[in-house]
Amino acid sequence: MFYFAAVRFAFTDEQDELRRMVRRAIASHGGVESARRVMLDDGFDAALWKTLAHELGLAALAIPEAHGGAGLGWVEIVAVAEELGRAVACVPFLSSACLATAAILECASPSQQADLFPAIARGDATATLAWLEVGGAIDPGAIETTARPAPGDHVILSGKKRFVVDGATADLLLVVAKDSGGLGVYAVPAGATGVRRRRLPTMDATRALAEVVLADVRIPASSKLGTAGWPEIARAIARAQVALAAEQVGGAQAALELSVEYAKVRHQFGKPIGSFQAIQHTLAEMFVAVETARSAAYHAAIDFDPISAAATGVYCGDAFYRCAADAIQVHGGIGFTWEHDAHLFFKRARASRTLFGAPNDHRDRVAASLGLGI
Amino acid sequence: MDLRASEEDDRFRAEVRAWLEARLDGEFRHLRGRGGPGREHEAIEPRMAWERELGKAGWIGLGWPAPAGRGASLWHQVIFHEEYARARAPGRFGHIGEYLLGATIAALGTPEQQRTFLPPIVRGEVFWAQGYSEPGAGSDLAGVATRASLEDGHWVIHGQKIWTSHAHLADWCFVIARSDPHEKRHAGLSYLLVPMKQPGITVRPIKNLTGTAEFCEVFFDGARTPADHVVGAPGDGWKVAMATLAFERGASTLGQQIGFAAELDAIIAAAKQRGADRDPELRRRIVDAWTGLRVMRSYALRVLDHGARGELPAAGLGAKLYWSNWHRRLGELAMDVLGPEAEVIAAAPYSLAPLQETFLFSRADTIYAGSNEIQRNIIAARALGLPK
Repeated sequence: MFYFAAVRFAFTDEQDELRRMVRRAIASHGGVESARRVMLDDGFDAALWKTLAHELGLAALAIPEAHGGAGLGWVEIVAVAEELGRAVACVPFLSSACLATAAILECASPSQQADLFPAIARGDATATLAWLEVGGAIDPGAIETTARPAPGDHVILSGKKRFVVDGATADLLLVVAKDSGGLGVYAVPAGATGVRRRRLPTMDATRALAEVVLADVRIPASSKLGTAGWPEIARAIARAQVALAAEQVGGAQAALELSVEYAKVRHQFGKPIGSFQAIQHTLAEMFVAVETARSAAYHAAIDFDPISAAATGVYCGDAFYRCAADAIQVHGGIGFTWEHDAHLFFKRARASRTLFGAPNDHRDRVAASLGLGI
Repeated sequence: MDLRASEEDDRFRAEVRAWLEARLDGEFRHLRGRGGPGREHEAIEPRMAWERELGKAGWIGLGWPAPAGRGASLWHQVIFHEEYARARAPGRFGHIGEYLLGATIAALGTPEQQRTFLPPIVRGEVFWAQGYSEPGAGSDLAGVATRASLEDGHWVIHGQKIWTSHAHLADWCFVIARSDPHEKRHAGLSYLLVPMKQPGITVRPIKNLTGTAEFCEVFFDGARTPADHVVGAPGDGWKVAMATLAFERGASTLGQQIGFAAELDAIIAAAKQRGADRDPELRRRIVDAWTGLRVMRSYALRVLDHGARGELPAAGLGAKLYWSNWHRRLGELAMDVLGPEAEVIAAAPYSLAPLQETFLFSRADTIYAGSNEIQRNIIAARALGLPK
């Protein structure tokens, strides 16, 4: 069960510099304040995204150089995702630069990549993957959206997608649908006739999820990405799970830092509350959750496989949720207010746990890989 | 960030593996899987012989600088421990001598102490015990009451230690004792090297809740050791004692995890055999244990890598808290997977099966080497900078 090789974890100087640039850019837009400005509107901080995509090139990180990208990998992706998670940033990095980019890399033919990637790499267009449906089951058998052949070498897409990350603002929707070959991915321009989409009102306002209705959307048959089926789609989702795991680590770290700082300055009984063991031990457990989750997320980026990614996603999701929940507890009453940032992390943590499906569904995938269960 | 094993690493791994396989398929085949935490009472004499075999081949003191050791890189040490555990080679009887005392002397001992004490450890001939805890000084180690005074060129020691692993079998013990009666707490302690086979020392093994004995009580009643058998300056013992504890976390943790993996594999096999994996709750707990062990490995590798560069000294402070609680939950999971049959032991009067040993002995994991509560205090103070 174990992989016997010493993996090295230190980031290169370039990777560290990338992280610092992202952190500075987010800070210059106000950090968490940037999310607050847009979260109850469309949940898309266009100004921050412009800086991140156009000035820092983050939209292009994992896109091959031949298609206008930076040709980097998931190690850079996790460094950036962690920084975005610290600020619950409302930008389409996870949806476009991770999920959709991975789907195109896994599924699209070289000529399709040459067609789709340059605009995404420049940050002129964003993309997302629309795969989950009502109920959010990760089982590919639950997908009911269909792609059926139509005259003139076209296909017609029909169905309803839910939980589409940044789906109401994306320019390109990569829709997973049933077809004669099983499951396929279809590139659908968001403006195509018959596409109706709306942002779902969600408890976590910092991540925009959409419902996308495809009412007999007619597109060229060549819109199908390669000949890919579920295995390729699942790999792309697993890649995005690693990025999400790193984002969760960033959120957990921020929740810990907020709590530690508060425990040092908040006085009760004539002492800082951080001097009480009850508070210290809560914070110590948060620290262990953060450091272990960070190690897992980095390791999953260096040494990718879909099952480890699923397990890492579950672990980091639990770690973030625990830290965000304890952050409210450590803050006491002030942590229960809208004004304080603790609830932004708490809600982001809860939502992130199920963003790519329920944790127990992922646990069962890991179980199956170990030969457990029926 | 990345980089896999180099060809040289692979070559070293093959060398370690071939050596272990040859010995453990041959003369020492009955030692596979014997010894280790909770099973230290097993095969004592053959395991001592195994230590000498390791010593002859140069596997002890791998990471120490020459001439005492081989100056192996951190990654070679990791590889050695992984292969060692993978081969189910016996629990290291010389663990305390090599990784605690030896590492301390190699770093902080005088050249004379290094010449005297390291070669017998490296040869696998001399075994050590750790004299830290006392009946009145467990988590509060600075409260030790054992006292030492210099008389005629010797330290003369009076007092009592407890939870001393292998004291009944050890040749030497490193002892924290109060050498300056006028100082308090962390000041005035000395780190003494004391021969065990002498009239002033009485050892009484403690039978623990698993029914076996590996911890002991040690009574010092005028025990003696030469004046120069002190590591660091007299009165500086606290600093040396803490350095020893830091050596306890090292490359060997990677090997420990391979042992954990073997336990987890046994639980997975039992779950399949009994059909316990059809219970969704048990199935998911098994998955969480599997994930938790992978996370443990990622964490250890990351901390070791940063540690080797002198970075992030605080990030690793959660390691003990993490592994010990994971392991305790694993023992509980094993019992729940086995169901009612978990209760029936291997043989009367009180021989436990391996998973029962895991379950029962793991209650100690969250107590020794800094209890859960002390670990959290340490993290709060050193990693998070919280006030007293």
